[in-house]
Amino acid sequence: MTTTIDAPPAAGTAARIREHVVNLCASPEGGHLGGSMSLAEILATLYTRVLRVDPLDPARPDRDVLLLSKGHGGLALYAALTEAGFFPADRLDEYARPGSEFTAHPHAEIPGVEMPSGSLGHGLALAVGFALGFRLDGADRRCFVVMGDGELQEGSVWEAASVAAAQRLDSVVAIVDRNRLQITGATETIDALEPLADRWSAFGWTVRQVDGHSCEELEAALTEAPVDGRPTVVIAHTVKGKGIPFVEDQPRSHYAKLGERQHAKALAALRRGAAS
Amino acid sequence: MTASSREVYRDAVLDLLPQDERLVCLDSDTGLFDAAAFPERYVNLGIAEHTLMGAAAGLAKSGRMPLVNTMAAFASSRANEAVKIDIALNDLPVRIAATHSGVSAGHLGPTHHALEDLAVMRTLPNMTVVVPADGPQTGTLFRQSLHVRGPVYLRLGRNATPELPDAPPVTLGLAQVLRDGPDVTLAACGPYPVLAALDAADALAEEGVRASVLNVHTVKPLDVATIAAHAERSGVVVTVEEHWRNAGFGAAVAESLAEIAPSLVLRVAMPDAFVPVSGGQRYLAERGGVTSAAVAAKARLALRRDPR
Repeated sequence: MTTTIDAPPAAGTAARIREHVVNLCASPEGGHLGGSMSLAEILATLYTRVLRVDPLDPARPDRDVLLLSKGHGGLALYAALTEAGFFPADRLDEYARPGSEFTAHPHAEIPGVEMPSGSLGHGLALAVGFALGFRLDGADRRCFVVMGDGELQEGSVWEAASVAAAQRLDSVVAIVDRNRLQITGATETIDALEPLADRWSAFGWTVRQVDGHSCEELEAALTEAPVDGRPTVVIAHTVKGKGIPFVEDQPRSHYAKLGERQHAKALAALRRGAAS
Repeated sequence: MTASSREVYRDAVLDLLPQDERLVCLDSDTGLFDAAAFPERYVNLGIAEHTLMGAAAGLAKSGRMPLVNTMAAFASSRANEAVKIDIALNDLPVRIAATHSGVSAGHLGPTHHALEDLAVMRTLPNMTVVVPADGPQTGTLFRQSLHVRGPVYLRLGRNATPELPDAPPVTLGLAQVLRDGPDVTLAACGPYPVLAALDAADALAEEGVRASVLNVHTVKPLDVATIAAHAERSGVVVTVEEHWRNAGFGAAVAESLAEIAPSLVLRVAMPDAFVPVSGGQRYLAERGGVTSAAVAAKARLALRRDPR
């Protein structure tokens, strides 16, 4: 672990991730607001407390791998990477500009982005490959895959979930951002995921459930040793749009272009939230 | 007939795997491999082709060179998005060994035929597309493919096909010149198409027409220089392939020649239709019109229409 007792508190990092995301959603193209806000503590905890990564050497051979399978959380990932020191924060100003590599979904050329993503249901299969590689290398690396809950409607997720368990890939840790919403409404009314924990258990995974906005709970779940031979899924219960009262828990927060007034209002809400 | 291209490939894998630490054989329950033959770097992921391609990308990203095994129909269509996004977009050194290509699945029916795979694979950036014309060159081209930087699609057949007679050494990326004649260029891709082109060249020779026969085993990158040199000399080209006529090998040749050496290009290919009946590879290919007679007829037609 590169994290130490001096590592920044994850909650502070989460607050700064939210601020970056809000600022990016106020840029001319707007961005994926809701699903990035729900990810803030998850990514903050991973980058400050869990992942063995080195911003000065992103390709370090013994690094842990983080795959953002819900690629529409790209803004939160870029924000987390800049907060972790992978690139200077002013580079975020390039977001969505013509010719920029800062696409809405994670771009492979951005330092710290392991694999590009955006089409849902790809991350877990990639993780199977990484984990097979770790095992062949005899390496103690881990592969974390952050997925959306709506993403779990993709069949490829369950194909890979089954294979990961069959291959006994206990270096795989999936994190489900369980914000209960997808573009057009509630996951449970469109293609219900519950009983979600039972589904993962039935596939042979160790299931842990946490408050996805509690850095302490996330850290405990993400650092706990796996059950031997079983991959782990952490179901992180979150709120889409978390931190901005006027979009929280609303499907329309999925993609937003914040006007000047909304932008100011959102930043003010974040500051109130951070102070409380 | 000797060994099928998939058996030659398998034997090459068995030979190379112990010698090359990078290689990992990823299987999808094809039955091609005996797991007991491998000490470790063999994994059967089960019937899960998307996961197979994604896992290959993850493995490649962690420093290995995965050899992925499935049927051509599943590699090119079922798992296409994983091939595109996970493998091709990241330009990863994955070798996709796709068996049962074309109509070599024969009586297994249209679900198992792959008549779209060249079209699909050659449009993907970074992908190299290789179609050996017989068993021996399958081994050579597969070994050569290990030196390609990015992903490679290796189009293999299910059953043994005849060995090419008197073929010169084969080099990945370079069209193999089997006959050299100035009157018409027969450019073929795949086992029976190349044999049909050779037979057609013999028939044409009896009529005093001297044909070049090119075995274009590398569809991407296409050896445009060799094809264009022959096309410029003859002015007329007949392409032959065991693939749907749209967007396949013949289309690739026509596209390239249209830009650099405009020629009359006539295609012999499988019709724009699913194969409606049972039968062996050769029967189905011939039923689809991929025959030496069709190649010779197209060549005669092309010569009559040659504007020069």
